Amino acid sequence: MTVGLFVTCLVDLMRPTVGFATVKLLRRAGCKVSVPKAQTCCGQPAYNSGDNPDARAIAEKVIEAFEGFDYVVAPSGSCAGMIKHHYPSLFADDPEMAPRAVALAGRTFELVSFLADVLKVENLEAAYDGIATYHDSCSSLREMGVKEQPRALLAQVRGMTLTESPESETCCGFGGLFCVKYPDISGRMVDAKVDDIIATGADTLLAGDLGCLMNIAGRLHRRGSNIRVRHIAEVLAGMTERPPLGEPAAKEKPEKEAG
Amino acid sequence: MESTTAAFRENAAKALGDSKLRDALSKLTDGFPARRREAIARLPEFDALRDAARDIKDHVLANLDFYLEAFEARVIEAGGTVHWCRTAAEARTAILRICKTAGAKTVTKGKSMIGEEIAINEHLEEHGIEPVETDLGEYIIQLRNEPPSHIIAPAIHLSKEQVADTFREKHRHLSPGRSLDEPRALLDEARGELRRKFIGADVGLTGANMLIAETGSIVLVTNEGNADLTYALPRVHIVIASLEKIVPTLEDATTILRVLARSATGQEMSVYTTFCTGPKRQDDLDGPDEFHVVLLDNGRTKMLGGEFHEMLRCIRCGACLNHCPVYKAIGGHAYGWVYSGPMGAVLIPNLIGLEETGDLPNASTLCGKCEAVCPVRIPLPRMLRTWRQRQFEQKMNSPAARAGIRAWAFLARRWWLYRMLTGPVIAVLGRLGRARGRFRYLPLAGGWTKLRDFPAPEGGTFVAQWHKARRREGRT
Ligand code: SF4
Repeated sequence: MTVGLFVTCLVDLMRPTVGFATVKLLRRAGCKVSVPKAQTCCGQPAYNSGDNPDARAIAEKVIEAFEGFDYVVAPSGSCAGMIKHHYPSLFADDPEMAPRAVALAGRTFELVSFLADVLKVENLEAAYDGIATYHDSCSSLREMGVKEQPRALLAQVRGMTLTESPESETCCGFGGLFCVKYPDISGRMVDAKVDDIIATGADTLLAGDLGCLMNIAGRLHRRGSNIRVRHIAEVLAGMTERPPLGEPAAKEKPEKEAG
Repeated sequence: MESTTAAFRENAAKALGDSKLRDALSKLTDGFPARRREAIARLPEFDALRDAARDIKDHVLANLDFYLEAFEARVIEAGGTVHWCRTAAEARTAILRICKTAGAKTVTKGKSMIGEEIAINEHLEEHGIEPVETDLGEYIIQLRNEPPSHIIAPAIHLSKEQVADTFREKHRHLSPGRSLDEPRALLDEARGELRRKFIGADVGLTGANMLIAETGSIVLVTNEGNADLTYALPRVHIVIASLEKIVPTLEDATTILRVLARSATGQEMSVYTTFCTGPKRQDDLDGPDEFHVVLLDNGRTKMLGGEFHEMLRCIRCGACLNHCPVYKAIGGHAYGWVYSGPMGAVLIPNLIGLEETGDLPNASTLCGKCEAVCPVRIPLPRMLRTWRQRQFEQKMNSPAARAGIRAWAFLARRWWLYRMLTGPVIAVLGRLGRARGRFRYLPLAGGWTKLRDFPAPEGGTFVAQWHKARRREGRT
């Protein structure tokens, strides 16, 4: 089966490792993965700002670029949710685009649920040494129905203990542009999130959305915590050589010694 | 009530700096939501009940005129009167007229958000009539001259120590040495004060959780029984309710009661549920001689059939506030008007206009928790987004914000330009951030870096690296 990888703007720009981990997971499960060059952003910043004309214009580009695949997969519940739920409503009154938006929506999945529900991945062959807690990002959980899938997959990771936070379903305060528009309210929310994560005693925080992870990692680091923050795909793919989000690349071989 | 919604940012900043408020709001986290969860776990058919409650409200909204007229006819048959009021001013006038006719000096009041909406207390005071709030939370904030900060728990922003201080300051006739350390002592003191007022009141003013078309009854739900003393003891009972409170039948009312208390406080039922139908009948031992229902529109009919139609399903349970992480961070006063939380952010612009209230629909992460807990399944996030759309269409947001969004959208539609511009920026940031892995400060991202570090990007973009590797593979 062919899968078009919608890598999302944040992964593309900030953490390509998540993209490579996604490809590895999909290929291992037998998918033929393509990465259309003509991809940028799903349009959510415009859509959530009330700028529907721009959101529609971006959505048209995404639909064009991804129409030819059996499935479209994104390592983010938020961006997959945009395509799956909001593209159809953006084009509800457009007889030409509406069926195309609906068709694409039907084939679009968030990575973790795609692995678990569609590909039915078992025997991941990944190992991770640590105690992890998983944050249920809002769109993954409430728009894409992702709850049990990451737990089921993480249970296959050797050496990992998963510990739950009672507040794992509470928003971290990222909210896309929200954290820029209302940084102090967002700051209070991420502080509460960080309190809950620290209280679990975990040494690793995982989630399926990079936006939340950047927000939480940023606050953890500012508070001096050394909890490691990673996208769940990195762990599932066994690609944890790169330092965790926001950590220095000190572990890499120092270049000077080589020269 | 005057709105301070235009000052939302300042209100929120003040709230965030208030450590007492922070403590009070933290009670919310382990209070109402936990009890709601437990109550629902005991009722497997809860989700089916939510559907039923939603359908009842949808049906009644589609036939509003019919049910309201039926309700009026039943009220008249029972010996009462319905006063139809288009605006807050009309409702205030109607209530004052009834009070004046009754020669009222004191009006006892049950908790009513509509009372807050039309600012009835201020109006009565201006005309020499003393309004006395009888719900404990409302009584406390009345003493402190504050608006409610939560639709079902109006004094949730206060600690018991703050309440004790207020009582000492306002109840001067009581012994200064008395102990007010325990919640029970506060309750007893308020009860003692209120008892006298109940007996002396000329008019009792209550809200209504529901109006029942089939019987002309109104439903009062409380945990303190104060509404019962408020309506039953004085000679005149005035009910103030907005028109979407109507339900067709008694049966429907019980369906909604089953989701109401569970959603609100996690109780199966509130402690007191009272159905009042008309004034005292011949064989009744007690009850009022007059029964008036002041039926308020105040902008609701404008919402019918429009994009905010479903908001009229709201049964004011407060679940969306209790579960909202933004509400938990800033409390209710920051919203600047009678309502707060997600339902307030949707409703307030409908009732007082979008011009002054522009922050409300934006101050949300659209996390969706509110919709997930709403007993009548109101799509609150969708409606917040609709308000944002209106703002954008009418150019109500700041030129800088609009320019930023449009510039990003311009780039996002042109992938080659996007690649050309983002690639070098990411490469530079990646190099600058490599040593520490993150930035403590980033120009143009001051809001972010005030409280958080900014993780450094890896340095190359995924798409560029991927296609470079493919080209290489192709060559070899
Ligand atoms: S919007 Fe829903 S959850 Fe919020 S108060 Fe109304 S009924 Fe309750």
